[in-house]
Amino acid sequence: MRLRRTKVLAGLLVLAVALAACGDGGDGAGDAAAADCEVGGVDGDLALYNWSDYMDPELIEAFEEEFGVTVTEDFYPSNEELFARVEAGGAQYDVIVPSDYMVDIMIQEDLLLAMDFDLIPNAVNLDDDFTSPPYDPDLEFSVPYQWGTTGLGVDLGVVGDAEASWALLFDADVAGELTGRVSILDDPREAMAAALFWLGYDPNSTDEDQLEEAADVIAASRDWTAAFTSDQYSDLLLGGETVVAHGYSGNFLDNFGDDENYAYLIPDEGAVIWTDNLAILATSASPCTAHTFVDFILDAENGAQLTNWTFYASPNAAATAFIDPEVLENPAIYPDEETRDNLFFLEDTGDAEILFTDLFTRAKS
Amino acid sequence: MSLTDTSGASRPLVADDSVIRPKRGVERLLAGNAWLVFAFLYLPILLLFVLSFNDNRVVGVWTEPSLRWYRAMITDSAVLGALRNSIVVAFISTVVSTILGTAAGLSLERFRYRGQRTYDGLLYLPVIIPDVTMAVMMLLFFVQAFDLLGAMLGVSATFGIGTISLSHIAFNISFVAVVVRARIVGLDPSLEEAAADLYASRWQAFRRVTLPLIAPGVAGGALLALTLSLDEVVITSFVAGPGSTTLPVYVFGLVRRGVTPLINAVSVLMLVGSMLLVLASLLLSRQRNTT
Amino acid sequence: MAATVDPPRTQTPTPASAPDEPGLERAAEQAESRRGFLIGLPSLLYLVVLFALPLVIVVVYSFATRSRTGRTILADWNLSSYARLFDPLVLEIGLRSLWLALLTTVISLVVGYPFAYYLATRSPRVRGVLLVLVMIPFWSNFLIRTYAWRVILGRDGPFVRFLEPILGTEGQLLFTPFAVVVGLVYGYLPFMILPLYATLERLDFSLVEAARDLHATGWQAFWRVTWPLSRPGVVAGSILVFIPSFGAYVTPEILGGGRTTMIGSYVVRQFLSARDWPFGSALSVAILAVMLVAAVVYFRTRDREA
Repeated sequence: MRLRRTKVLAGLLVLAVALAACGDGGDGAGDAAAADCEVGGVDGDLALYNWSDYMDPELIEAFEEEFGVTVTEDFYPSNEELFARVEAGGAQYDVIVPSDYMVDIMIQEDLLLAMDFDLIPNAVNLDDDFTSPPYDPDLEFSVPYQWGTTGLGVDLGVVGDAEASWALLFDADVAGELTGRVSILDDPREAMAAALFWLGYDPNSTDEDQLEEAADVIAASRDWTAAFTSDQYSDLLLGGETVVAHGYSGNFLDNFGDDENYAYLIPDEGAVIWTDNLAILATSASPCTAHTFVDFILDAENGAQLTNWTFYASPNAAATAFIDPEVLENPAIYPDEETRDNLFFLEDTGDAEILFTDLFTRAKS
Repeated sequence: MSLTDTSGASRPLVADDSVIRPKRGVERLLAGNAWLVFAFLYLPILLLFVLSFNDNRVVGVWTEPSLRWYRAMITDSAVLGALRNSIVVAFISTVVSTILGTAAGLSLERFRYRGQRTYDGLLYLPVIIPDVTMAVMMLLFFVQAFDLLGAMLGVSATFGIGTISLSHIAFNISFVAVVVRARIVGLDPSLEEAAADLYASRWQAFRRVTLPLIAPGVAGGALLALTLSLDEVVITSFVAGPGSTTLPVYVFGLVRRGVTPLINAVSVLMLVGSMLLVLASLLLSRQRNTT
Repeated sequence: MAATVDPPRTQTPTPASAPDEPGLERAAEQAESRRGFLIGLPSLLYLVVLFALPLVIVVVYSFATRSRTGRTILADWNLSSYARLFDPLVLEIGLRSLWLALLTTVISLVVGYPFAYYLATRSPRVRGVLLVLVMIPFWSNFLIRTYAWRVILGRDGPFVRFLEPILGTEGQLLFTPFAVVVGLVYGYLPFMILPLYATLERLDFSLVEAARDLHATGWQAFWRVTWPLSRPGVVAGSILVFIPSFGAYVTPEILGGGRTTMIGSYVVRQFLSARDWPFGSALSVAILAVMLVAAVVYFRTRDREA
């Protein structure tokens, strides 16, 4: 008899956990047409799904105070996990922050809500450079949040006044001198793009021969490459483990601080530009609040506050007046016009993604 | 409760003072090995501890000592929320999976019935399956299950602490069962039968004889479950919901921005906290033993 | 194996009064196996609902097709994902994972066994404290621990400095398979120690003494008595170390510098980077199948020996 009681107890415990999974979910659909909203209107609390450490908490507090709603922020580690969550229907969020190519994919999969720009008057603040990106040509579904580039962090003490070139990764005469002290991003698209730039090809090429050639370049660089890594590459650089590191601008700049021994270079052959974008999920339970939030972030002063906090460049032209001069004057954060003309977005290549992944996996091991 | 509370019936074979120790020379070698193992286990912890007091935001480069990251930690609501979620999930999943895993272990090692082989195989699968595969399948499963629940019962369920705990229990049951079974194999069943004759009920026999005998296995299994749950990241990030980010998921999200010593500070907090808990439980058990 | 445990000394057990009639005996047997089944039932139900059912989804996905955008199309069922398993790249990665996991298991066993033995021969109170001390490092954050290893094994770390006479000035430990194995052993050593401890703690050391009395050398006593009796712990520990090391992906990525791709990373890459869920599923199903077959073969041969 006693035994049975414990079993019942155990069963109850399981049941309790199962029930904990069932809370008051939203109605699960964004049936509420965005057209019903007013500028600055709210229709419920906001659930924001973002990268870690990518939003100034004070901005969140200010938004909560001004509009009288609660904001819950959660974090995802990669675009792909975000996609997996959203596509499976398991992401109960209002606003997400996908990168450029992921916006493209999500649009194709009908996962995003078409934004009503009447509700986002601050959209006029956007820099012209960002009003027709290739992944969302008319900005129907997304609004740029922050942007940056992918380039090279270098230890000037060793590399000296080397030219800003992908040769630092791939040229046997240049990089070959730095045996075991070079790191390349462990990302098929980014690494292949670097090699494609170095070869003078389009970073979005789907030509099999060109891709094979790029993979060969990466395979040859294995002799001097210490690691293929997408995390802590700037720590490795600053710790003296490496002297040339392939990585994202903001990460380097945040870590270099005032140290003049290190520099971030954007190679002359061309480099990848990327954006992270605010987008509203088609299933959003409070689309009005979501629009209001997007508008709030696009406000000139709020946009500046964000950039001053993240050290990433702002796509908000009106915000420029409020951004700290030291951020604005840093050519690595805000490159000059000439360099900016030579920046390219990575675009979704459909079936070729498999080819990129396989060629890269083969090349690096 | 102490982890190796072996008083009473738990060690009917050897009285406490009669633990037989190996010979001198061997004993020295064993002790030396033990010290080396502890050095190996604690070397990174020592470094992590030291670096949490580093003023520099780059993890591997020392500049000057400061409490900067500890100050930052106590005001960072995102990190503290994540820490709380981690602890809640670890607690729930450890308790439930220890009970279920022990029951599974007993059932498979102690009894014979049809279909046992299949059960046995099923029990090993969660150990074998790659994390990311389990993550994807749990996500797809919960989405389906929620749709079904909504359609049939009108219950609307959401992702959150609940789904994370359910998933952690699913793999932890197997890990607990593996450790518990290693303990049960070879235990003499006649002992329990004898006890059953002495005590009034099977339950009493179980509680007084079997449970103390397998206690070290159960404790080991629970420790394993706790550790796995505290570190799990892929499955968790797939089945988390609004407001239920755990610490590992938060830290993995930092990778693109660079992980700061703030996380070292949080780790130190967790280490100190768990050491204090262990100390408290030791003191408590000592008190209970002396009174 | 039953000899491991002597009956309690305090009382002479009254022999279980077995019913004489065979019918009754069978009834008692049936009741017993029903009881066993009922004890295991909650966990079985849990695993069926929250593991086996979800697993069916993966199996179904492995026959599906990837859309151009990386969505999974649940139609046009085919075997092409399985055909890709025989790609030399997959086989090479599989073999490398097998080798590194095996190495990790052997090292963990060689280090963990004497450690567990030492633990098991302490007084009960010390034992508990030491066991918890083994686990405490693992209640910090996994990424942070692994990054700490990056610093320790790095260019300016103590090991490279110490080994400079052997490795030379250009010597490197970080981002080599060696670093991966160190990381894996670090990560999974407790998984070896826990089950070993659980079996050794129960070991009746008077049997060892008896062996010694019969003029066995220390080594013989160990090999003939202690080792066979601790076999269940060795098996459980090896399973718990081998399998997760085989599928590991964060450690090889961080300490191997992405140059030592293991099967776990490759699966992650299919699901996340290439967004090829059908192939990722097929890979996972293959891993499960290979491991299960290996386990079955192992247990069959063991049972035959016994």
